[in-house]
Amino acid sequence: MNAQSQIAPPTGMLAELTHRCPLGCPYCSNPLELERAADELDTQTWKRVFSEAAEAGVLHVHLSGGEPCARRDIVELTAHCAAVGLYTNLITSAVGLTRPLFDALVAAGLDHVQLSIQDAEPASADRIAGYDGAFARKREVAAWTTQAGLPLTVNAVMHRANISRAARMVDMAVELGARRIEVAHTQYYGWAMKNRAALMPTREATEKAVADVEALRRKYQGRIVIDHVVPDYHARFPKACMNGWGRRTLNVTPSGKVLPCHAAETIPGLEFWNVREHSIGAAWYDSPAFNAFRGTAWMKEPCVSCERKEIDFGGCRCQALALTGDARNADPICHLSPHHARVQKIAAEEAPAIAPDYIYRRLKAKA
Amino acid sequence: MSAPTATSRPRLPRGVRLKHDKVRDEWLLLAPERVVKANPVAVAVLERCTGEKTLGEIVDDLAAAYSAERSLIERDVTKLIADLADKRMVDL
Repeated sequence: MNAQSQIAPPTGMLAELTHRCPLGCPYCSNPLELERAADELDTQTWKRVFSEAAEAGVLHVHLSGGEPCARRDIVELTAHCAAVGLYTNLITSAVGLTRPLFDALVAAGLDHVQLSIQDAEPASADRIAGYDGAFARKREVAAWTTQAGLPLTVNAVMHRANISRAARMVDMAVELGARRIEVAHTQYYGWAMKNRAALMPTREATEKAVADVEALRRKYQGRIVIDHVVPDYHARFPKACMNGWGRRTLNVTPSGKVLPCHAAETIPGLEFWNVREHSIGAAWYDSPAFNAFRGTAWMKEPCVSCERKEIDFGGCRCQALALTGDARNADPICHLSPHHARVQKIAAEEAPAIAPDYIYRRLKAKA
Repeated sequence: MSAPTATSRPRLPRGVRLKHDKVRDEWLLLAPERVVKANPVAVAVLERCTGEKTLGEIVDDLAAAYSAERSLIERDVTKLIADLADKRMVDL
């Protein structure tokens, strides 16, 4: 559809180095079909991918997973990213990160640490993570990060079990010395979709949490940057998912598939390219999956005639598929979608009901 | 956090870097999850934010280098530094 000259270069790349992770967070954005260690790209291939990403214009690389520190070559990969000029962000659970490993990452040129925090209450945090003692490990890694002078971001995913403590989590991030916090209301994909009935907060709790966090912006101005990912199911307009399909960022899975977003593989009929056969630049500009929903030509009504179509790009393709059965439909979060009433009904029915137990994110046992 | 004054010594903290991007042929300030385009004036200011010079000295420097009115430069530089300090992209 677009000529290459009309497609801007990618700015960010999420490198899912592995799907192995000691935690079992029930809202994990990884797919339900987790990729196995045996299918992971080797060190040399990842290095080539990082070099290609830098050449294609990627600025930030997010070393993620799973738990990226489960990769034995994490220091070597970090050093390579730094050497090719990428801004390196380690997205970690803190579990499995030892002091010597941390020091080696800092020496390798790591730029930024993003640490997930499950709750401000230790017992609740560990229950959400499905891992005893995780909370204490996180405090320790936060301290190492600030002592090393690296910027720390706390990533706090909000849902029914912790939403009443949203403001306390911001306070805690400030105490930990974080320069930035992402307060991310759960987005329902992957494991979060599977656990939606256990995670969905009420509208009242959501509105209070959003107001409490917004009120802290002034108090903490100049101390912590608050990035607020607003809740979806209670909204009237959809989010500009990924800032538009194939406009800014790409994901590479542990086995090398290049995806426009975490959940893109849920959309049937898309052809993804793999870094084993194609360069990052080729996958960005030419792979069918990236061009499937670029621009606005793919849209149907109510998006086609909507004045917001270049603002929110019709919302999220994966959510449109999951909730309406067609990825080309408007994201039903939008009040203009004919399916919007269904979203409201889900949120209204699931939130006040008794929460079922979590289905923790786990690799399937080997058959 | 206090606002910048003439005696502040602004510096880019670790994790914030000024980079010339070859692909876009632009100067960019990179920070956690942030990319800010830097125009030539911002580049001139940020290159001097090493923690050694005071804001007053940076303004003197620029006024000499660009032979421009000091008060205008002071206003622009203070605003830029205050704005970046708010975003935790410059430490004072």
